[in-house]
Amino acid sequence: MSSTEQLLPPGHVLRYTLKERLTHWVAAGAYIYLLITGLAFWSPWLFWAAVILGGAPVSRMLHPWAGLIFFAAVCNMYVMWAPQMRHTDVDKAWWKAVRYYSTNQDDKMPPAGRYNAGQKFLFWGFFWSAVALLASGVVLWFPENIPWNLRFLRYISVIIHPAAALLTVGLFLIHVYMGVFAERGAFGSVIRGDVSIAFAKRYHPGWYKEIVRQSSTPRK
Amino acid sequence: MSQETLRIQKISGHAGTVPGEDTQREFTVCKLIDTTTCIGCKACEVACMEWNDLPFGETVFDNTYQTMPETRWNYWNLILFNEHEREDGTLMWLMRKNQCMHCAEPGCLAACPADGAIVQYTNGIVDFQQANCIGCGYCITGCPFDIPKMNPKTNRVFKCTLCADRVGEGLEPACIKSCPTGCLHFGSKDDMKFLAEGRAKQLRDHSNFPKAGVYDPPGVGGTGVIYVLHDATQPELYGGLPKDPSIPWTVKLWKGPLKWLGNVAMVGGLIGLVVHYLRFGPKDHEDEGGEKK
Repeated sequence: MSSTEQLLPPGHVLRYTLKERLTHWVAAGAYIYLLITGLAFWSPWLFWAAVILGGAPVSRMLHPWAGLIFFAAVCNMYVMWAPQMRHTDVDKAWWKAVRYYSTNQDDKMPPAGRYNAGQKFLFWGFFWSAVALLASGVVLWFPENIPWNLRFLRYISVIIHPAAALLTVGLFLIHVYMGVFAERGAFGSVIRGDVSIAFAKRYHPGWYKEIVRQSSTPRK
Repeated sequence: MSQETLRIQKISGHAGTVPGEDTQREFTVCKLIDTTTCIGCKACEVACMEWNDLPFGETVFDNTYQTMPETRWNYWNLILFNEHEREDGTLMWLMRKNQCMHCAEPGCLAACPADGAIVQYTNGIVDFQQANCIGCGYCITGCPFDIPKMNPKTNRVFKCTLCADRVGEGLEPACIKSCPTGCLHFGSKDDMKFLAEGRAKQLRDHSNFPKAGVYDPPGVGGTGVIYVLHDATQPELYGGLPKDPSIPWTVKLWKGPLKWLGNVAMVGGLIGLVVHYLRFGPKDHEDEGGEKK
Protein backbone atom coordinates (compact mmCIF):
# COMPACT_ATOMS: atom_id res chain seq x y z
CA MET A 1 0.00 0.00 0.00
CA SER A 2 1.02 3.58 -0.39
CA SER A 3 2.72 5.43 2.41
CA THR A 4 -0.30 7.66 3.02
CA GLU A 5 -0.47 7.96 6.76
CA GLN A 6 -3.86 7.44 8.21
CA LEU A 7 -4.79 6.74 11.79
CA LEU A 8 -6.02 3.18 11.86
CA PRO A 9 -7.53 1.36 14.79
CA PRO A 10 -5.16 -1.21 16.29
CA GLY A 11 -5.24 -4.54 14.48
CA HIS A 12 -6.40 -2.92 11.24
CA VAL A 13 -4.74 -2.41 7.88
CA LEU A 14 -5.50 0.10 5.13
CA ARG A 15 -7.32 -1.54 2.23
CA TYR A 16 -8.65 1.40 0.18
CA THR A 17 -6.99 4.81 -0.14
CA LEU A 18 -9.09 7.96 -0.03
CA LYS A 19 -8.81 8.26 -3.82
CA GLU A 20 -10.05 4.71 -4.28
CA ARG A 21 -12.98 5.28 -1.93
CA LEU A 22 -13.97 8.58 -3.56
CA THR A 23 -13.86 7.02 -7.01
CA HIS A 24 -15.98 4.13 -5.79
CA TRP A 25 -18.66 6.41 -4.39
CA VAL A 26 -18.77 8.70 -7.40
CA ALA A 27 -19.32 5.61 -9.55
CA ALA A 28 -21.85 4.21 -7.06
CA GLY A 29 -23.88 7.41 -6.85
CA ALA A 30 -23.97 7.82 -10.62
CA TYR A 31 -24.78 4.15 -11.11
CA ILE A 32 -27.70 4.15 -8.71
CA TYR A 33 -29.22 7.19 -10.46
CA LEU A 34 -28.64 5.51 -13.83
CA LEU A 35 -30.17 2.28 -12.55
CA ILE A 36 -33.35 3.89 -11.23
CA THR A 37 -33.96 6.13 -14.24
CA GLY A 38 -32.92 3.34 -16.60
CA LEU A 39 -35.38 0.91 -15.03
CA ALA A 40 -38.09 3.57 -15.36
CA PHE A 41 -37.49 3.66 -19.13
CA TRP A 42 -37.15 -0.13 -19.21
CA SER A 43 -40.60 -1.02 -17.92
CA PRO A 44 -43.93 0.82 -17.71
CA TRP A 45 -44.36 -0.84 -14.30
CA LEU A 46 -41.40 1.18 -13.00
CA PHE A 47 -42.11 4.44 -14.84
CA TRP A 48 -43.17 6.01 -11.53
CA ALA A 49 -39.52 5.96 -10.42
CA ALA A 50 -38.70 8.62 -13.02
CA VAL A 51 -41.71 10.64 -11.92
CA ILE A 52 -40.41 10.65 -8.34
CA LEU A 53 -36.97 11.77 -9.52
CA GLY A 54 -38.32 15.01 -10.95
CA GLY A 55 -40.30 13.77 -13.93
CA ALA A 56 -39.42 11.54 -16.86
CA PRO A 57 -38.26 14.38 -19.16
CA VAL A 58 -35.77 15.48 -16.48
CA SER A 59 -34.62 11.89 -16.06
CA ARG A 60 -34.18 11.60 -19.81
CA MET A 61 -32.12 14.79 -19.81
CA LEU A 62 -29.86 13.88 -16.87
CA HIS A 63 -29.42 10.13 -17.50
CA PRO A 64 -26.75 10.64 -20.21
CA TRP A 65 -24.81 13.11 -18.06
CA ALA A 66 -24.86 10.72 -15.11
CA GLY A 67 -23.59 8.14 -17.59
CA LEU A 68 -20.61 10.33 -18.43
CA ILE A 69 -19.80 10.73 -14.72
CA PHE A 70 -20.09 6.98 -14.23
CA PHE A 71 -17.84 6.29 -17.20
CA ALA A 72 -15.23 8.78 -15.98
CA ALA A 73 -15.18 7.07 -12.58
CA VAL A 74 -14.85 3.66 -14.24
CA CYS A 75 -11.93 4.98 -16.32
CA ASN A 76 -10.27 6.13 -13.12
CA MET A 77 -10.79 2.66 -11.66
CA TYR A 78 -9.17 1.21 -14.75
CA VAL A 79 -6.10 3.38 -14.22
CA MET A 80 -5.94 2.51 -10.52
CA TRP A 81 -6.79 -1.17 -10.60
CA ALA A 82 -6.35 -2.75 -14.02
CA PRO A 83 -2.81 -4.00 -13.26
CA GLN A 84 -4.13 -5.70 -10.11
CA MET A 85 -7.02 -7.31 -11.99
CA ARG A 86 -5.00 -9.60 -14.23
CA HIS A 87 -6.09 -13.22 -14.27
CA THR A 88 -3.65 -15.51 -12.42
CA ASP A 89 -3.30 -19.22 -11.72
CA VAL A 90 -4.72 -18.62 -8.25
CA ASP A 91 -7.83 -17.20 -9.91
CA LYS A 92 -8.20 -20.33 -11.99
CA ALA A 93 -8.09 -22.43 -8.80
CA TRP A 94 -10.48 -19.96 -7.16
CA TRP A 95 -13.15 -20.46 -9.83
CA LYS A 96 -12.78 -24.23 -9.47
CA ALA A 97 -13.46 -23.88 -5.75
CA VAL A 98 -16.16 -21.23 -6.08
CA ARG A 99 -18.81 -23.51 -4.58
CA TYR A 100 -16.93 -23.40 -1.27
CA TYR A 101 -16.82 -19.62 -1.48
CA SER A 102 -20.54 -19.36 -2.07
CA THR A 103 -21.26 -21.68 0.86
CA ASN A 104 -19.06 -19.70 3.26
CA GLN A 105 -16.33 -22.35 3.53
CA ASP A 106 -13.61 -19.80 2.98
CA ASP A 107 -10.91 -21.91 4.61
CA LYS A 108 -11.12 -24.23 1.59
CA MET A 109 -10.39 -21.38 -0.86
CA PRO A 110 -7.03 -20.86 -2.56
CA PRO A 111 -5.22 -17.79 -1.16
CA ALA A 112 -6.58 -14.74 -2.98
CA GLY A 113 -4.50 -11.61 -3.49
CA ARG A 114 -5.80 -8.08 -3.04
CA TYR A 115 -8.74 -9.03 -5.24
CA ASN A 116 -10.15 -12.50 -5.59
CA ALA A 117 -11.22 -13.91 -8.94
CA GLY A 118 -14.85 -12.94 -8.36
CA GLN A 119 -13.92 -9.34 -7.71
CA LYS A 120 -11.82 -9.33 -10.86
CA PHE A 121 -14.79 -10.65 -12.80
CA LEU A 122 -16.90 -7.85 -11.35
CA PHE A 123 -14.31 -5.27 -12.37
CA TRP A 124 -13.97 -6.45 -15.96
CA GLY A 125 -17.70 -7.01 -16.28
CA PHE A 126 -18.41 -3.45 -15.20
CA PHE A 127 -15.58 -2.06 -17.31
CA TRP A 128 -16.64 -3.66 -20.59
CA SER A 129 -20.32 -3.02 -19.88
CA ALA A 130 -19.50 0.63 -19.28
CA VAL A 131 -17.72 0.79 -22.64
CA ALA A 132 -20.71 -0.80 -24.39
CA LEU A 133 -23.16 1.41 -22.51
CA LEU A 134 -21.24 4.55 -23.44
CA ALA A 135 -20.95 3.62 -27.12
CA SER A 136 -24.64 2.74 -27.46
CA GLY A 137 -25.66 5.52 -25.09
CA VAL A 138 -24.16 8.25 -27.25
CA VAL A 139 -26.34 7.03 -30.15
CA LEU A 140 -29.43 6.94 -27.93
CA TRP A 141 -28.60 10.41 -26.62
CA PHE A 142 -28.99 12.01 -30.07
CA PRO A 143 -31.07 9.59 -32.14
CA GLU A 144 -32.47 12.42 -34.26
CA ASN A 145 -28.95 13.25 -35.46
CA ILE A 146 -28.19 9.76 -36.77
CA PRO A 147 -28.68 9.94 -40.55
CA TRP A 148 -31.25 7.58 -42.05
CA ASN A 149 -28.64 5.53 -43.91
CA LEU A 150 -26.78 4.94 -40.61
CA ARG A 151 -29.95 3.86 -38.82
CA PHE A 152 -28.44 0.43 -38.09
CA LEU A 153 -26.49 2.25 -35.35
CA ARG A 154 -29.79 3.05 -33.63
CA TYR A 155 -31.05 -0.48 -34.17
CA ILE A 156 -28.03 -2.12 -32.51
CA SER A 157 -27.88 0.51 -29.76
CA VAL A 158 -31.42 -0.13 -28.54
CA ILE A 159 -30.51 -3.77 -27.94
CA ILE A 160 -26.91 -3.36 -26.71
CA HIS A 161 -27.79 -0.70 -24.15
CA PRO A 162 -30.40 -2.71 -22.19
CA ALA A 163 -28.45 -5.97 -22.58
CA ALA A 164 -25.28 -4.45 -21.14
CA ALA A 165 -27.31 -2.70 -18.44
CA LEU A 166 -28.91 -6.01 -17.43
CA LEU A 167 -25.46 -7.54 -17.09
CA THR A 168 -24.42 -4.72 -14.76
CA VAL A 169 -27.62 -5.19 -12.73
CA GLY A 170 -26.57 -8.79 -12.07
CA LEU A 171 -23.06 -7.73 -11.12
CA PHE A 172 -24.42 -4.88 -9.00
CA LEU A 173 -26.79 -7.15 -7.05
CA ILE A 174 -24.01 -9.60 -6.23
CA HIS A 175 -21.59 -6.77 -5.42
CA VAL A 176 -23.98 -5.10 -2.98
CA TYR A 177 -24.88 -8.46 -1.45
CA MET A 178 -21.24 -9.39 -0.91
CA GLY A 179 -20.18 -5.97 0.30
CA VAL A 180 -23.10 -5.11 2.57
CA PHE A 181 -24.48 -8.44 3.74
CA ALA A 182 -22.11 -11.35 3.18
CA GLU A 183 -18.65 -10.11 4.15
CA ARG A 184 -18.82 -8.24 7.41
CA GLY A 185 -16.23 -5.47 7.39
CA ALA A 186 -16.28 -5.00 3.60
CA PHE A 187 -18.77 -2.14 3.64
CA GLY A 188 -16.81 -0.28 6.32
CA SER A 189 -13.62 -0.73 4.35
CA VAL A 190 -14.93 1.27 1.41
CA ILE A 191 -16.09 4.03 3.75
CA ARG A 192 -13.25 4.31 6.28
CA GLY A 193 -10.64 2.48 4.24
CA ASP A 194 -9.47 -0.10 6.75
CA VAL A 195 -10.14 -3.77 7.41
CA SER A 196 -9.19 -5.90 10.37
CA ILE A 197 -6.16 -8.14 10.09
CA ALA A 198 -8.50 -11.09 10.58
CA PHE A 199 -10.50 -9.95 7.53
CA ALA A 200 -7.35 -9.58 5.44
CA LYS A 201 -6.00 -12.96 6.49
CA ARG A 202 -9.25 -14.78 5.89
CA TYR A 203 -10.34 -13.33 2.54
CA HIS A 204 -7.12 -12.00 1.01
CA PRO A 205 -4.24 -13.98 2.55
CA GLY A 206 -2.00 -13.39 -0.47
CA TRP A 207 -2.50 -9.64 -0.16
CA TYR A 208 -1.91 -9.72 3.60
CA LYS A 209 1.38 -11.56 3.19
CA GLU A 210 2.43 -9.00 0.63
CA ILE A 211 1.72 -5.92 2.77
CA VAL A 212 3.45 -7.49 5.76
CA ARG A 213 6.49 -8.11 3.59
CA GLN A 214 6.44 -4.57 2.22
CA SER A 215 6.02 -2.87 5.57
CA SER A 216 9.28 -2.26 7.47
CA THR A 217 7.38 -2.16 10.74
CA PRO A 218 4.71 -4.85 10.48
CA ARG A 219 1.51 -3.89 12.16
CA LYS A 220 0.46 -6.18 14.94
CA MET B 1 -68.15 9.34 -37.54
CA SER B 2 -67.92 11.08 -34.23
CA GLN B 3 -65.62 11.67 -31.32
CA GLU B 4 -66.37 8.12 -30.27
CA THR B 5 -63.78 7.16 -32.88
CA LEU B 6 -61.16 8.94 -30.75
CA ARG B 7 -61.35 6.40 -27.98
CA ILE B 8 -57.89 5.02 -27.35
CA GLN B 9 -57.14 1.38 -28.19
CA LYS B 10 -53.33 1.37 -27.76
CA ILE B 11 -51.14 3.37 -25.33
CA SER B 12 -47.35 3.57 -25.28
CA GLY B 13 -45.41 2.70 -22.11
CA HIS B 14 -48.59 1.84 -20.28
CA ALA B 15 -48.80 -0.55 -17.35
CA GLY B 16 -52.54 -1.01 -17.02
CA THR B 17 -55.54 -1.66 -19.17
CA VAL B 18 -56.43 0.51 -22.13
CA PRO B 19 -59.82 2.24 -21.91
CA GLY B 20 -60.84 1.89 -25.54
CA GLU B 21 -59.63 -1.65 -26.13
CA ASP B 22 -62.33 -3.87 -27.60
CA THR B 23 -64.91 -1.10 -27.57
CA GLN B 24 -67.22 -1.04 -30.51
CA ARG B 25 -66.06 0.94 -33.48
CA GLU B 26 -67.65 1.70 -36.79
CA PHE B 27 -64.56 1.42 -38.95
CA THR B 28 -60.87 2.17 -39.33
CA VAL B 29 -60.20 5.34 -41.29
CA CYS B 30 -57.82 5.46 -44.23
CA LYS B 31 -56.25 7.95 -46.58
CA LEU B 32 -55.76 6.88 -50.18
CA ILE B 33 -53.04 8.58 -52.22
CA ASP B 34 -53.16 7.90 -55.95
CA THR B 35 -49.62 8.83 -57.06
CA THR B 36 -50.69 8.39 -60.69
CA THR B 37 -52.95 11.42 -60.60
CA CYS B 38 -50.84 13.64 -58.30
CA ILE B 39 -49.54 16.72 -60.12
CA GLY B 40 -47.20 17.88 -57.35
CA CYS B 41 -49.04 21.14 -56.74
CA LYS B 42 -48.29 21.09 -52.98
CA ALA B 43 -51.75 22.32 -52.04
CA CYS B 44 -51.77 19.53 -49.40
CA GLU B 45 -48.51 20.87 -47.93
CA VAL B 46 -50.04 24.32 -47.55
CA ALA B 47 -53.33 23.02 -46.18
CA CYS B 48 -51.44 20.95 -43.59
CA MET B 49 -49.47 24.00 -42.44
CA GLU B 50 -52.59 26.12 -42.29
CA TRP B 51 -54.88 23.74 -40.44
CA ASN B 52 -52.25 22.59 -37.95
CA ASP B 53 -51.04 26.17 -37.47
CA LEU B 54 -47.43 25.26 -38.19
CA PRO B 55 -44.94 28.12 -38.52
CA PHE B 56 -43.41 28.91 -41.89
CA GLY B 57 -40.05 27.17 -42.28
CA GLU B 58 -37.29 27.88 -44.73
CA THR B 59 -37.42 25.85 -47.93
CA VAL B 60 -34.34 24.18 -49.37
CA PHE B 61 -33.69 24.26 -53.11
CA ASP B 62 -32.06 21.06 -54.34
CA ASN B 63 -32.54 21.41 -58.11
CA THR B 64 -35.92 19.69 -57.99
CA TYR B 65 -39.44 20.82 -57.26
CA GLN B 66 -39.25 19.44 -53.74
CA THR B 67 -39.85 21.91 -50.92
CA MET B 68 -37.18 20.44 -48.63
CA PRO B 69 -35.21 17.17 -48.35
CA GLU B 70 -37.46 15.54 -45.74
CA THR B 71 -40.31 16.22 -43.37
CA ARG B 72 -39.60 18.28 -40.27
CA TRP B 73 -41.06 18.46 -36.78
CA ASN B 74 -43.15 21.37 -38.04
CA TYR B 75 -43.57 20.22 -41.67
CA TRP B 76 -45.53 16.97 -41.61
CA ASN B 77 -46.61 16.62 -45.22
CA LEU B 78 -44.05 16.71 -48.04
CA ILE B 79 -44.34 15.73 -51.68
CA LEU B 80 -41.23 13.87 -52.84
CA PHE B 81 -40.25 14.37 -56.48
CA ASN B 82 -38.26 11.66 -58.24
CA GLU B 83 -37.24 11.30 -61.87
CA HIS B 84 -37.14 7.71 -63.07
CA GLU B 85 -35.86 6.46 -66.41
CA ARG B 86 -37.66 3.37 -67.58
CA GLU B 87 -36.07 0.49 -69.48
CA ASP B 88 -37.37 1.81 -72.81
CA GLY B 89 -35.62 5.15 -72.18
CA THR B 90 -38.74 7.14 -71.40
CA LEU B 91 -38.86 9.33 -68.34
CA MET B 92 -41.30 9.14 -65.47
CA TRP B 93 -41.76 11.92 -62.98
CA LEU B 94 -42.84 10.29 -59.75
CA MET B 95 -44.49 12.36 -57.04
CA ARG B 96 -45.39 10.93 -53.67
CA LYS B 97 -47.00 12.76 -50.82
CA ASN B 98 -45.04 11.62 -47.77
CA GLN B 99 -46.38 11.72 -44.22
CA CYS B 100 -47.08 9.41 -41.28
CA MET B 101 -48.47 6.10 -42.52
CA HIS B 102 -50.57 5.44 -39.37
CA CYS B 103 -49.53 1.79 -39.13
CA ALA B 104 -51.94 -0.69 -37.57
CA GLU B 105 -48.93 -1.96 -35.59
CA PRO B 106 -46.95 1.23 -35.01
CA GLY B 107 -43.21 0.87 -34.37
CA CYS B 108 -43.09 4.29 -32.71
CA LEU B 109 -45.69 3.22 -30.14
CA ALA B 110 -43.96 -0.11 -29.51
CA ALA B 111 -40.61 1.62 -28.84
CA CYS B 112 -41.99 4.47 -26.70
CA PRO B 113 -41.31 4.17 -22.93
CA ALA B 114 -43.44 7.17 -21.86
CA ASP B 115 -46.91 6.43 -20.56
CA GLY B 116 -49.44 7.87 -22.99
CA ALA B 117 -47.00 9.76 -25.20
CA ILE B 118 -48.19 7.82 -28.26
CA VAL B 119 -51.74 6.53 -28.61
CA GLN B 120 -53.75 4.77 -31.27
CA TYR B 121 -57.41 5.66 -31.46
CA THR B 122 -60.02 3.06 -32.23
CA ASN B 123 -60.36 4.57 -35.69
CA GLY B 124 -56.71 3.63 -36.32
CA ILE B 125 -55.12 7.08 -36.12
CA VAL B 126 -51.72 7.08 -34.38
CA ASP B 127 -51.27 10.30 -32.45
CA PHE B 128 -48.43 11.81 -30.40
CA GLN B 129 -49.35 13.46 -27.11
CA GLN B 130 -46.50 15.93 -26.62
CA ALA B 131 -47.53 16.65 -23.01
CA ASN B 132 -46.54 13.08 -22.10
CA CYS B 133 -43.46 12.93 -24.34
CA ILE B 134 -40.10 12.72 -22.55
CA GLY B 135 -37.95 13.46 -25.61
CA CYS B 136 -36.06 10.15 -25.70
CA GLY B 137 -36.43 9.70 -29.45
CA TYR B 138 -37.08 5.95 -29.32
CA CYS B 139 -40.04 6.48 -31.66
CA ILE B 140 -37.56 7.72 -34.28
CA THR B 141 -35.80 4.35 -34.01
CA GLY B 142 -39.04 2.36 -34.01
CA CYS B 143 -40.48 3.98 -37.15
CA PRO B 144 -39.63 2.20 -40.43
CA PHE B 145 -40.66 5.28 -42.45
CA ASP B 146 -38.42 7.97 -40.86
CA ILE B 147 -41.41 10.09 -39.86
CA PRO B 148 -41.19 11.26 -36.21
CA LYS B 149 -39.08 14.41 -35.96
CA MET B 150 -37.65 16.08 -32.85
CA ASN B 151 -38.18 19.75 -32.06
CA PRO B 152 -34.64 20.56 -30.89
CA LYS B 153 -35.85 23.44 -28.73
CA THR B 154 -38.49 21.60 -26.70
CA ASN B 155 -37.21 18.01 -27.10
CA ARG B 156 -40.65 16.84 -28.14
CA VAL B 157 -41.43 14.73 -31.18
CA PHE B 158 -44.06 15.67 -33.75
CA LYS B 159 -45.65 14.17 -36.85
CA CYS B 160 -48.83 14.11 -38.93
CA THR B 161 -51.96 13.50 -36.82
CA LEU B 162 -54.13 12.55 -39.81
CA CYS B 163 -56.01 15.64 -38.58
CA ALA B 164 -57.49 13.60 -35.72
CA ASP B 165 -59.19 16.77 -34.51
CA ARG B 166 -61.01 17.19 -37.84
CA VAL B 167 -61.77 13.49 -38.20
CA GLY B 168 -63.25 13.42 -34.69
CA GLU B 169 -65.69 16.11 -35.83
CA GLY B 170 -66.66 14.21 -38.94
CA LEU B 171 -64.45 16.17 -41.36
CA GLU B 172 -61.81 14.87 -43.73
CA PRO B 173 -58.11 15.70 -43.12
CA ALA B 174 -56.97 19.12 -44.40
CA CYS B 175 -54.76 17.66 -47.15
CA ILE B 176 -57.71 15.72 -48.60
CA LYS B 177 -59.87 18.83 -48.58
CA SER B 178 -57.30 20.79 -50.58
CA CYS B 179 -56.42 18.30 -53.32
CA PRO B 180 -57.43 19.73 -56.72
CA THR B 181 -57.02 16.57 -58.82
CA GLY B 182 -58.84 14.16 -56.55
CA CYS B 183 -55.79 12.01 -56.11
CA LEU B 184 -56.44 12.06 -52.36
CA HIS B 185 -59.39 10.18 -50.89
CA PHE B 186 -60.53 9.59 -47.34
CA GLY B 187 -62.91 7.05 -45.86
CA SER B 188 -63.04 3.64 -44.28
CA LYS B 189 -60.13 1.30 -44.87
CA ASP B 190 -62.38 -1.15 -46.71
CA ASP B 191 -63.74 1.52 -49.04
CA MET B 192 -60.30 2.95 -49.77
CA LYS B 193 -58.88 -0.50 -50.50
CA PHE B 194 -61.73 -1.16 -52.90
CA LEU B 195 -61.20 2.18 -54.63
CA ALA B 196 -57.42 1.67 -54.80
CA GLU B 197 -57.64 -1.84 -56.20
CA GLY B 198 -60.10 -0.64 -58.82
CA ARG B 199 -57.77 2.16 -59.88
CA ALA B 200 -54.78 -0.21 -59.98
CA LYS B 201 -56.75 -2.60 -62.18
CA GLN B 202 -57.64 0.27 -64.48
CA LEU B 203 -53.96 1.21 -64.75
CA ARG B 204 -52.97 -2.38 -65.52
CA ASP B 205 -55.73 -3.02 -68.03
CA HIS B 206 -55.99 0.29 -69.85
CA SER B 207 -52.97 2.50 -69.18
CA ASN B 208 -49.98 0.26 -69.90
CA PHE B 209 -48.85 -0.02 -66.31
CA PRO B 210 -48.81 -3.81 -65.93
CA LYS B 211 -47.12 -3.62 -62.52
CA ALA B 212 -49.51 -1.10 -61.03
CA GLY B 213 -50.73 -1.96 -57.56
CA VAL B 214 -51.64 -0.88 -54.06
CA TYR B 215 -49.13 -0.21 -51.28
CA ASP B 216 -50.53 -1.42 -47.95
CA PRO B 217 -47.51 -3.14 -46.33
CA PRO B 218 -48.47 -6.18 -44.19
CA GLY B 219 -45.18 -6.00 -42.21
CA VAL B 220 -46.68 -3.26 -40.02
CA GLY B 221 -50.17 -4.74 -40.02
CA GLY B 222 -51.27 -2.59 -42.93
CA THR B 223 -51.32 1.19 -42.90
CA GLY B 224 -53.89 3.93 -42.48
CA VAL B 225 -52.40 5.62 -45.52
CA ILE B 226 -52.29 3.56 -48.71
CA TYR B 227 -50.82 4.36 -52.13
CA VAL B 228 -51.67 3.48 -55.69
CA LEU B 229 -48.30 3.11 -57.47
CA HIS B 230 -47.57 2.78 -61.22
CA ASP B 231 -45.05 0.11 -60.26
CA ALA B 232 -45.91 -1.57 -56.99
CA THR B 233 -42.92 -3.89 -57.33
CA GLN B 234 -40.49 -0.98 -56.87
CA PRO B 235 -41.85 1.32 -54.16
CA GLU B 236 -38.25 2.46 -53.46
CA LEU B 237 -38.42 4.59 -56.60
CA TYR B 238 -40.92 6.85 -54.88
CA GLY B 239 -38.47 8.62 -52.59
CA GLY B 240 -37.33 5.51 -50.79
CA LEU B 241 -40.69 4.04 -49.79
CA PRO B 242 -39.60 0.78 -48.12
CA LYS B 243 -40.62 -2.37 -49.98
CA ASP B 244 -41.40 -4.50 -46.94
CA PRO B 245 -41.34 -2.28 -43.86
CA SER B 246 -41.53 -3.73 -40.39
CA ILE B 247 -40.62 -2.72 -36.86
CA PRO B 248 -36.80 -3.16 -36.57
CA TRP B 249 -36.13 -6.67 -35.24
CA THR B 250 -33.88 -5.33 -32.49
CA VAL B 251 -36.77 -3.20 -31.21
CA LYS B 252 -38.99 -6.28 -31.18
CA LEU B 253 -36.28 -8.31 -29.43
CA TRP B 254 -35.77 -5.55 -26.85
CA LYS B 255 -39.46 -5.04 -26.13
CA GLY B 256 -40.23 -8.77 -26.30
CA PRO B 257 -37.93 -11.62 -25.21
CA LEU B 258 -35.21 -9.42 -23.68
CA LYS B 259 -37.69 -7.61 -21.48
CA TRP B 260 -39.23 -10.88 -20.37
CA LEU B 261 -35.87 -12.55 -19.70
CA GLY B 262 -34.46 -9.46 -18.01
CA ASN B 263 -37.39 -9.13 -15.62
CA VAL B 264 -37.27 -12.82 -14.70
CA ALA B 265 -33.50 -12.62 -14.18
CA MET B 266 -33.67 -9.49 -12.02
CA VAL B 267 -36.52 -10.69 -9.82
CA GLY B 268 -35.05 -14.19 -9.69
CA GLY B 269 -31.64 -12.80 -8.75
CA LEU B 270 -33.10 -10.76 -5.90
CA ILE B 271 -35.03 -13.74 -4.57
CA GLY B 272 -31.94 -15.92 -4.96
CA LEU B 273 -29.82 -13.56 -2.86
CA VAL B 274 -32.42 -13.38 -0.11
CA VAL B 275 -32.69 -17.18 -0.02
CA HIS B 276 -28.89 -17.47 0.00
CA TYR B 277 -28.64 -15.13 2.97
CA LEU B 278 -31.33 -17.00 4.88
CA ARG B 279 -29.63 -20.34 4.15
CA PHE B 280 -25.95 -19.43 4.62
CA GLY B 281 -25.93 -16.06 6.35
CA PRO B 282 -22.88 -13.82 6.42
CA LYS B 283 -19.35 -15.08 6.12
CA ASP B 284 -17.66 -15.08 9.50
CA HIS B 285 -14.23 -14.26 10.79
CA GLU B 286 -12.99 -13.20 14.21
CA ASP B 287 -12.63 -9.48 14.38
CA GLU B 288 -9.40 -9.35 16.34
CA GLY B 289 -6.52 -11.71 16.39
CA GLY B 290 -5.83 -14.82 14.42
CA GLU B 291 -7.61 -16.87 11.83
CA LYS B 292 -10.72 -18.73 12.73
CA LYS B 293 -10.44 -22.45 12.43
